[in-house]
Order: sequence, then structure tokens, then C-alpha cells
Amino acid sequence: MQAITRRLKGAVAAALTVASLTVAAPAAAQDVDFSGKTIEWWIPFSEGGGSDVWARFFAPYLSRHLPGNPNVIIRNVPGGGSITGTNEFAARARPNGLQLLGTSGSTQFPFLLGDTRVRYDYADFEPVLVSPTGGVVYIPASFGVEDASQLGQIADQELVYASQGATSLDLVPMLAFEVMGLNVRHVFGMTGRGDGRLAFERGEATIDYQTSSAYLTNVVPLVEAGTAVPLFSYGVLDSEGNVQRDPSFPEIPHFIEAYEMMHGEAPSGVAFDAYMAFFSSGFAAQKPAMLPGGTPENIVQAYRDAFAAAVEDPELIANAGEVLGEYNQATGDEVVPLYEVATTIDPEAREWVRTYLSENHSVMLD
Amino acid sequence: MVVDAILSALSTVLTFQHIQYLMIGVVVGLIVGVLPGLGGIVGMSLLLPFVYGMEPTLALAMLIGILPVLSTSDTFASILMGIPGSSASQATILDGFPLAKKGQAARALSAAFSASFIGGLFGALVLTVSVLVARPLILSFGAAELFMLTMFGLSMVGVLSGSSLAKGVAACAAGLALGAVGAAPATGEYRMEFGTLYLMNGLPLVIVGLALFAVPEIGDLLRRNSSIAENGGTLGAGWKQGLKDTWLYKWMSLRLAGLGALLGMIPGLGGSVVDWIAYGHVVQTSRDKSQFGKGDIRGVIAVESTTASKDGGGLVPTLLFGIPGSGAMAIFLAGMVLIGLQPGPAMVSTNLDVTYTIVWSLALANVLGTALCIMLAPAIAKITIVRYPLVAPFMILVITFAAFQPNRSLYDLVALVVLGIVGILLRRFGWPRPAFLIGFVLATQSERYLYQALQFSGWSFFTRPIVLVIAAIIILSVGFSMYSQRKSGTKIEVEGKSAATLTQSMWPQIAFTLAVMALFVFTFFETINLSQLGRVFPVSIAVVGFGAALLVLWPQIRGNRASGAVFDAESKEVSDQLNAMTPLKYIGWLVGFVATIALVGYFLAVVLFFVAFLRLVAKSGWLQVLILTLLGAGLLLVMTSALNLTLPEGLLQQHYYDRLPWPLVS
Repeated sequence: MQAITRRLKGAVAAALTVASLTVAAPAAAQDVDFSGKTIEWWIPFSEGGGSDVWARFFAPYLSRHLPGNPNVIIRNVPGGGSITGTNEFAARARPNGLQLLGTSGSTQFPFLLGDTRVRYDYADFEPVLVSPTGGVVYIPASFGVEDASQLGQIADQELVYASQGATSLDLVPMLAFEVMGLNVRHVFGMTGRGDGRLAFERGEATIDYQTSSAYLTNVVPLVEAGTAVPLFSYGVLDSEGNVQRDPSFPEIPHFIEAYEMMHGEAPSGVAFDAYMAFFSSGFAAQKPAMLPGGTPENIVQAYRDAFAAAVEDPELIANAGEVLGEYNQATGDEVVPLYEVATTIDPEAREWVRTYLSENHSVMLD
Repeated sequence: MVVDAILSALSTVLTFQHIQYLMIGVVVGLIVGVLPGLGGIVGMSLLLPFVYGMEPTLALAMLIGILPVLSTSDTFASILMGIPGSSASQATILDGFPLAKKGQAARALSAAFSASFIGGLFGALVLTVSVLVARPLILSFGAAELFMLTMFGLSMVGVLSGSSLAKGVAACAAGLALGAVGAAPATGEYRMEFGTLYLMNGLPLVIVGLALFAVPEIGDLLRRNSSIAENGGTLGAGWKQGLKDTWLYKWMSLRLAGLGALLGMIPGLGGSVVDWIAYGHVVQTSRDKSQFGKGDIRGVIAVESTTASKDGGGLVPTLLFGIPGSGAMAIFLAGMVLIGLQPGPAMVSTNLDVTYTIVWSLALANVLGTALCIMLAPAIAKITIVRYPLVAPFMILVITFAAFQPNRSLYDLVALVVLGIVGILLRRFGWPRPAFLIGFVLATQSERYLYQALQFSGWSFFTRPIVLVIAAIIILSVGFSMYSQRKSGTKIEVEGKSAATLTQSMWPQIAFTLAVMALFVFTFFETINLSQLGRVFPVSIAVVGFGAALLVLWPQIRGNRASGAVFDAESKEVSDQLNAMTPLKYIGWLVGFVATIALVGYFLAVVLFFVAFLRLVAKSGWLQVLILTLLGAGLLLVMTSALNLTLPEGLLQQHYYDRLPWPLVS
């Protein structure tokens, strides 16, 4: 945790320096004019996925707030679990501000894990927006556990989690359960979190999580009916890199609080560092929008300004509900530090996760 | 409350504006449905960009409008051209296309549309009632029950094997092996992907379906060098006959519509196997099987009423649980989220009026879609009397365009051609392609659900009541089918007639059987070193498939020409009476086309292919070449810009990416 916080603080300082430099040249962004141009927003997933919806939601506001009001279209480049499209963008996109990339945790994870098929480097891209998301872990009420402080009661009992795969976004709950000391069996092959929820409702799975909007619409009724109990939310990162409660669920403790409730002390160690890296990448900074490396500073700044103005747009705020939730969208100067947390990992933590995955789930990443 | 919701929904649906937007969806669905290979995913993707910011009920109307007309209009390609109109209508080909060849296209189409109409309305009716009570039903289908349903699907191989059960089992095992390519559901290990990113998620169903059915059919039609309707020009008659047919089999049609709605409602099975289950079911339960595969109208009616009703059923899990039953539903779900609707239990309480608006829109769109299809049918059906070499380049354009939708990659086209060659050989040697396809479709699901069922409840899952009920249904239906087959002594023909085998050499079929066996050997050795959970499925398939292939090989080696396993559609007599477009030349054209794409990219290759093909094969004059090429290129450009696609690129694009204009690069 400390290592990450330190790195984050360094990044914040660096970002502030960059910001102060750019403040000195506000005219630069004014030179940019996209009138009559078409901007392609690459999404390495197929139509209808979470990232696609996210980009389609933002596209009209990006168009409205970029200088010259260009036409913004979404280009879906699916395949290869989002590695294909991102590889192609990294090789192809020109630094002229006409191509933008939006990825997700499932694109960041193979990069963080050192998957050899990855041919993109997040350090090369210029981030202009980072969107967080959140989720809540819950268990059936039948265990008699009322909150995380009573989790010790079921520490020796085997729980079942319906997972989409060991290297999917479900890596985050896997690491969370591991750090927490829960005994969980992962059943793979689910095709979405909805499958997992169905398995939970059928009684096949005995621990599950849902992302914020799915939790609110589909799990809250179960909690109200007294059949499910929320344990913890993943939480969000504040600008200092500390985990805070999720604004969608202010009454539910976040992971670190839940850990303290169960164990009486704060979590630490390499497993926890690994959890933090993947939590940041999979939730706290799940969806970054990026320009290709080498894009001129004034264009990057124009995009950052446009997204900053977009998230202040009253119309966007009024419609954000289902797509963006209650989360603070990182724009302007907040982008770089959050982006760095989401796209970097301590080598020791990376090695630990790789070993963990290969020993427990025979995942080979080479 | 329910009645209020139904009535308020009805008054919403019947406003002019609502019908107007519904009509947009219907028209888009019709166009996409008529073009072979493109399905709901493409239609929904076309409209998705417009959804944001629209009035919610109008946006829903527009998206819903696509669904029913798709399962009606994809029939055109299946019946008229023998090309799967979409992944959901592959089984329509088996009887629909032979009818078209006999010059009964009009009858087949009108029977299909009326069956589709009944099925669609019935699906909407089921949705009206079941959306209120379906929650416990859906929750009672866990991994174990889903596994049994996949077994039910696989049991259809028995009736779809035609003259040789061993061939059916071996073809199905080959399909299962192909479906096992990519990440193992249990462990995420990659199997048989040759280290490529392209294969890591397995091969897309669209490609396999087109390769197995469309590629061989186009080749065969080219070879005959005539129009599709063999006795030329008689389309007009038969429209009434088709309606009479549907009326005659109305109870069967309703029964299958019920089956479709039920199967559609269960999330996790996927829409693309429902048509095969329907077809298998009607064959199993029919006393006289002699005409199936040669143009039995029941085959068409059964499949169409089932596929039309499954959309209504499929909306239930989408609305109640937010779990999309198909790719098109996934995009529909995204549309709902974009207009601020999150599916969930609220859809049957506070949002019940929205739910019923969707249901009524579905019903109305079904009526409008059927009406449009009937109006357009005479014009579209004229394609069957056009000289086929003039149609073929358009077909090849559309199927290659459809094939690269899933990954937008050149490898999609390579996969299409390679599997297309497999399809040509399967057809020639009488290996039932439906069995192969069922195996492919159910490969991932059967493995995934077996593994999950074992993980969730151990071997005791076999004692769960619904599992036992499905097991009983499987045993009864297979038993009944075998009994009636023995009694009547007829078997269905899924691969047409074998040519006179008396005079012909046996080595080509023996060579192909050996190649199939080599595939199983490869599967075995490629997966034996994986972890226990990753290998158990492919290794078992390899063993079963190898055994079945041995049973096919034995009579072939012995030269027992009376055996059902001996089959070769090629013979000297056949090849003599046909024109010069031999299968080898046809494959050469396809390979040449893909190679040209690899050099100069898709757009230029299409233009070159059109000109060369029309000049050399169709022997067109330059004016005709010009007009048809412009038409083809125009069609491609419209589709590309509407869908905002990247077209597959070649060496030219790799080197001069920055200097080329659209559409040479995209």
C-alpha cells in the first residue's frame, strides 16, 4: 500500500508540474480546430459491451466540447479479448488527434500480467479521461453473517464463486478473497457477471459481486427481501491514492475497512499490493480514453479540456445515471495520476500474481 | 395493475410516431435479413448510434422492430439460395432449398412466412404471460439442466445423420473438436490455437455456418451454370398452397412455437441451435420421413415457427435478469442502458408498462414484417431465375462481408475458405453437415455446463428432477424415432443423392475418411498434455470420433457399396454433363480472391474479382461487367460506411497506409 501511495504521490507531483507548465500556455489549446473532421474512437470490443456503451455515451459530449465540434464516431475492433484491437491501434494510430482509444480492465490486465501477446505499452499513450466503476461483494443471508466483522465464522467453510476466468476482471475478487483469507472455490466459464448472479440466485454460487448499477437494480431487492447480505464494496481512490467508500454505497464498508473489521488490522504484504494494482486497474480507473503517443501537447490539452467540460455539461449530468453512476470522472489534471496507478504494477507483485495463477489455476502467460 | 399496463402500452404502441419508428427498425431488419449471413447483431449495431438521446419508448420501438422481421426475412436466402440467411435459420435450408430447386419457391416462402407469423405472434403472447411468472422457471435451469439441454441438442444428430449413423457421430465429433479450439471454459488454457490471437476465442459461428452451407452451394450452382430454379421461371403459383400447408400443420406449428418460446426463454443455450432442435424434433415425430431433406414442407414450417417465437422468449431473461440470450440481445441491452433503463425485477413492477410496450411492439413489428416480406417476395424470388454466374459474385461478396463481421480480420476470410473446402468435401462424401454444425454450436456449452454442473453439485446432478425429465425426453424421442424409422424403413436425406458408386473408384472417400481420422489424432495429441480439466473434453471427443470414423472406413475399404457409409456425389457421369466450373477451379477462384485481398485489401480485390469473374466465368459483355461491378462496389461502400467498418487490409495498406484514400484504407 505504502509503495503504491508513494508512487501515486510522486505522480501527482509530476502531474501538477506538467499542469503548471501548460497553464502558462493556454493559447496552445486554442490553436486546435477540428471543424469538419471526423474523430474515430476505437473500442477494442464488439458493439453492446460495457466499454462500447461508455464510449457511445460520451461521444456526443466530446463532439460538443472539442474545438470545431468534430463528428465523433465509435469504431469497434473486436477480437482476441481486446488485445487485437489495442495492438492494432498502437501500431496504426497517428498522433493527429483524429484517433482516440478507449480500453477497459480486461485490456489492462494482460498488459499488467506481462502477457506476451500484448504489443501495446500504456506508458506510450496520452490519457485524456479516466472513468472509475465499482462493485459490491455479497453472500447469502443463510450463513448468518451480518457484516464483514463476522466473516471469521465462515473462514473454514468453502464458498463458491462463479467466475468468468482467472485472468478476466474476476481476478480482482479472486485476489480480494485471497487477501481476506476466505476459502473460495472458483468455478470458471461464466459469460458475464449476470451469469454469476443467476448462479447465486439459484444457490449454486455462495459468494458473488455485481458492478454498481447491476447491484442496485438486481441485488438490492434480494438484500431487502432478506436473502443476501452485502460484505464490502471495492471502494474508489481519492486524489491522494487512498481507498475511500464508494459514493454509490456510502453505507457499505470498502474492502480495507472490511479487512480491518475481520482481522482487526490493516492489510499489508505483497498479495495486498497485487490486489491494489488490479483493483485500481479493474475498478478505480477501469476505463481510460487515450491518444496515441507523441500527440502534440496542444491536442492532448484540447481533449483534456473537452472531457473536463463534458463532465460538467448539465445534460450529461442529467443522463449519466445508468452509464457512469455516481463516480467522479477523472479529467484535466486528475487524469495522469489515476492513469498511472491503473497501468503500472510493482514487479514483485506481478511476479507474485503470475506464480499464484500458475500454481492455483494452471494459467501460463508465456 | 397488469391490465392497466397492457392497455397503456397498447395506446403507446398504436400512435403514429411509435409505428413510424417501429417501421424504421422493420426496414433495417428486412434489409439486413435479406442479405445472407448478416443477422441481428449487424442490424442492432446499425441503429445503436442513433439511440442515444432518443425518447425511450421510440428508441425501444426502433430496436425491437428489427427482431421479428429478421427471422422472417432471413428465410429468403435460406430457401432461394441455400445459403444460411442468419445463424438462426440454417435448418430451413434442408427442405426449403430443395423446394426452390423444384420450382416451388413461392410455396416454401409463403409457408415459411405464415409459419413465422404464427410463431412470432405466439411468442409475443407467451411473453405477455410468462414475463410475470418466468422468474422461478429461469432460476430452475442451472448448469446441470443446461448441460442436459445440450445433450438433447446433440441427440438430434441421431436423426440428422441420414444414411449412416457412424458418419453422423464422426461428423458431430469433428464439429465438437473444431468448437474446442480456443480457451478451455474450465481453465482458460488455449487449445489448438497455434499460438495465434485470432483463434484464442475460437472460430465464429457465422464463418462455420457460411463455410459449411454457402460455400459448397455456390460452387454447386456455378457448376450447373443455370438458374437456381431447375425448371426455370415458375414462381407465381404456389403462394396459396403454402398458406394451405401451414393451415394443415397449424397444431404442429403452434407446438413448435411453444418449444421455441421455451428454449428462447432459457438463457445460455443460444439461439443458433434452436432451429436444429426444431428440425430434429419434427423429423423424429413424423411418421413418413421419406421426403425430409428432399423438400418436405413440414421441415420449413417447423423451423420457421420455432425461430420466430424464440425472440419473444429470448426477451424474458434479457428484461428480467439483464442476461442477453444472443448477440443481438446484448446490443439491445446496451440500447436500454443508453436510454436509461436497467433491466431487472423492476421490469415487471414499476416498469411493467415499458415491458408491455416492448411486447406489443414485437407483435406489431411481426405483422408489419410479414406483410413487407410477402409484398417483396415475388421480386426477390426472381433471383432464382437469373443465370447463376451473374449472381455468384454478389453472393461471394456478401458472404465474405458477413464472414469478417465478428473479428474484422483477414483471417476471417482465410478461415472461411479453408472451412469452405472442408464443407465441399463433407458434402461430396455424404458426411452430414447438420451433425457437424450441431457439434460445433454445442461444443463450448456442453463442455462448460458439464464442468460447471460437476463443480456446483458433483455427480449427484443427475438426480435433479428437471435433469431426469430432460433425460426421459431424450430417451423417448430417440427411441420413438428409431422405432418409426425401422417401421417405415426410410431415412432422411441430408446430403442429397450419392452418384452411381458402382463404377467409381473408392480412394477419394477413403482418403477423406483418413483425413478426418488424422484430425482426431491431432486433437488427441494436441490436448493430451493439458491439465486434467482442460483435456478431458477434447480427448474424449477425439477417441469417440476416431472410433466412429473407423466404422465408416471399414465398409469403404471392403468396398461394400451397399453400405450407407459409402457415398460419393462425384462420378464420371456427373462430371461429364456439367460445365467446366469444377470444384477445383471454384476453390481456385476463392483462394485467388482471398490472396488478392491479402495483397491489395478488400475493396480493390472485390472490384478486380467482379471484373475477372464476370468476364471469364459469366462471359459477360463489358457493359454488363461495368454495371454489375459498380453495383457490387456501391453495395459494399454503402454497407461499410453505414456500419463504419474497417475492411480487411493487405500488403498495399501496410506499406502505404497514410497515402491511400478511403475506401482503400478505412
